[in-house]
Amino acid sequence: MMKGNVWIAGGGVISGIGRDLGECMASFEAMRPGMAYMQHLRSAHAQTFPVVEVKAGNEELAAIAGMPAHWSRTALLSRIAAQEAWERSGLGNIADYRAGFVSANTVGGMDKTEDFMEAFLANPSKGKLRKVAHHECGAVTELVADAMGIRHHVSTISTACSSGANALMYGARMIRAGMLDVVIAGGTDALTRFTLNGFNTLMILDQQHCRPFDDTRTGLNLGEGAGYVVLVSDAVAEKTQPWCRLAGFANANDAYHQTASSPDGIGNFLAMKGALEMGGLQPEDIGYINLHGTGTQNNDSSEGLAISRLFGNGVPPASSTKSFTGHTLGASGGIEAVFSAWALREGIVYPNANFSVQMKELAFSPVTAFSRGNGLRNVMSNSFGFGGNCSSLVFSKE
Amino acid sequence: MQAFIQGTGCVSAQDSQVFPGEIRHYDGDRLPVADPDYKQWIDIKQIRRMGRAIKMGVAASHMSLEAAGIKSPDAIIMGTAYGCLADTGVFLQKLVSQHEDMLTPTAFIQSTHNTVAGQIALLLGCHAYNNTFVHRAFSLENALQDSLLMLAEDPSRKILAGATDEITEYSHTILRRFGLYKNASTAALQRSGTPGTMAGEGAAFFVLASGKDDKSLAQLTAVDMLYRPASEQETADRLLDFLRRNGLEPKDISLLLSGRNGDVTSDRYYGTVESRLFESTPVAAFKHFCGEYPTASAFAVWMAAGCLHRGAVPQEAMVKGDAPAAPARILVWNHHQGTHHSFILLEKC
Repeated sequence: MMKGNVWIAGGGVISGIGRDLGECMASFEAMRPGMAYMQHLRSAHAQTFPVVEVKAGNEELAAIAGMPAHWSRTALLSRIAAQEAWERSGLGNIADYRAGFVSANTVGGMDKTEDFMEAFLANPSKGKLRKVAHHECGAVTELVADAMGIRHHVSTISTACSSGANALMYGARMIRAGMLDVVIAGGTDALTRFTLNGFNTLMILDQQHCRPFDDTRTGLNLGEGAGYVVLVSDAVAEKTQPWCRLAGFANANDAYHQTASSPDGIGNFLAMKGALEMGGLQPEDIGYINLHGTGTQNNDSSEGLAISRLFGNGVPPASSTKSFTGHTLGASGGIEAVFSAWALREGIVYPNANFSVQMKELAFSPVTAFSRGNGLRNVMSNSFGFGGNCSSLVFSKE
Repeated sequence: MQAFIQGTGCVSAQDSQVFPGEIRHYDGDRLPVADPDYKQWIDIKQIRRMGRAIKMGVAASHMSLEAAGIKSPDAIIMGTAYGCLADTGVFLQKLVSQHEDMLTPTAFIQSTHNTVAGQIALLLGCHAYNNTFVHRAFSLENALQDSLLMLAEDPSRKILAGATDEITEYSHTILRRFGLYKNASTAALQRSGTPGTMAGEGAAFFVLASGKDDKSLAQLTAVDMLYRPASEQETADRLLDFLRRNGLEPKDISLLLSGRNGDVTSDRYYGTVESRLFESTPVAAFKHFCGEYPTASAFAVWMAAGCLHRGAVPQEAMVKGDAPAAPARILVWNHHQGTHHSFILLEKC
């Protein structure tokens, strides 16, 4: 029943460092991270915390997405990245395939709900209902599935910061089971006051630019965006030139704390180890790791120690692209899957911005310069989150 | 790949031993939950801080694990359409009224949709696969489909799958403004013939395994979802196709357990398709027991598994025909506003 390979036929990204994959690549190459004080989100903390907003208002995004501007920004971002992913796959008319859309997000249409609540709390009969019509995570996914013309399978996953990676896993497994031919899989999240204030109560937001895997790191910067890959079966892959193959993946739970990672990163370790095993790979086969690397004390220490345990003295080049995009939460697994698959296709290793001081507990440090022409065979992408949810993906050249 | 249901747990408007016990009836526009004593499973200090979606989910999951005799499953897969609404509401209310100042983390931490599956893993110390689907009336269905895939990939697994959803004052007020509910009585809901339904909430969990043994209650044969069918005819065609893929015809179904909720438009849809496919099949309903919510199909699976195991269907559930004695196959067909249809096939084992 479970058979065949799953290939990445294309990908698309919108983030605070670019409105498409090409713009994001240019930002990496120019060492241009996207942190700034917020221009679009309205918040009491606008001048306190740098964020990585997509540099466009809702009217402009809506025009690109071909959607009404009053819809959740989460849906607008999702539609733009999903459309780019599909176009890059070169697969033509989506109606010709048994197609699925598996999208992840963490707070659905919360950007509109939090506006609604201001009027609603003052008077429960007030507040425009259209602002809460797409509150549910699944409602956001459906707006985009409907716009893309996808009906065979539509689902939404929410496992905090690992959501996007789990969307790829579920999509790949449905293809292997013969249920679908193609799946657009990834995630989306817009910045909201809800998440910004939530992370602020946890005291893990950095007031400076975040410094993943740096000994002086003091927290993360929130970002927003969307990223999707087009997963295809062997039969569909023959019609195109796929970027690479999704060779391995695993999901494990840290089972340590609702928001904190265990000191030794047992969940991280199990996810990475499981992904390697599924791909039939050894640690030395991995040529680049796209780290979860949020920039919090806790994550980078746990992730770093788990990597040290698995890779020993042979840790491959590794970097956190969140040092450019910020932490895009439910989108991050999707965005970083696109970056990882593209890295493999183009031989790119991404830089980790703002690194200067080696972490004491680790023997490795992140890559700090952009490079092309690396002979990569396999790339790993990590996504770890609240609720102990840890997922790791491995992409292979063939 | 089919699965065997090895244990179940349910927190709903009914007692967990309701069938064949006494059914609770309610009046109003929502059904409250018959809360079990959560202290059995959760530390009393934690109970006070937890939203009901979390408590119900943790309780139902523990009941199912205990019934199946499993300490720690090989996967925890759940569905929730709305997530942890109580904690989300608390954090939003404070965010707005305190102008983003002096907020505390507990409600935010517990607001994330994966809190329930994360808490279950944490309480069990379970490092296994852990996933949460948050797709409206497909949330439970995707959790079951993911479970069936997991069993096909590795038949040795024991999987904990289920769903939870809660009502809060905010959510009920808002959904009422959308015109979803009416004041009614559960005893008469299925004959009301007017617009609107009664709101519900609850959690149901199942332990699934690929092999049959003396713990097996029923077989979960197949799950399918249909999104935005163009017409009742397309739904009927897809339902027939679903049965035939499982080697069955409509006449092989002992009982159709439909998601009728008392809303005249919604219920007419069931009637139209039934008249084409299930003219002589007995039809039952479940939402007058548990209320309407996007993961109510979890209650239906729990009820169907119990009926198959006991070999009896409560007469109070019937809307067409007589309750079949010793049913062999129950088809759960639920739809949400005509856009989300799910077909879940269960068999006696």
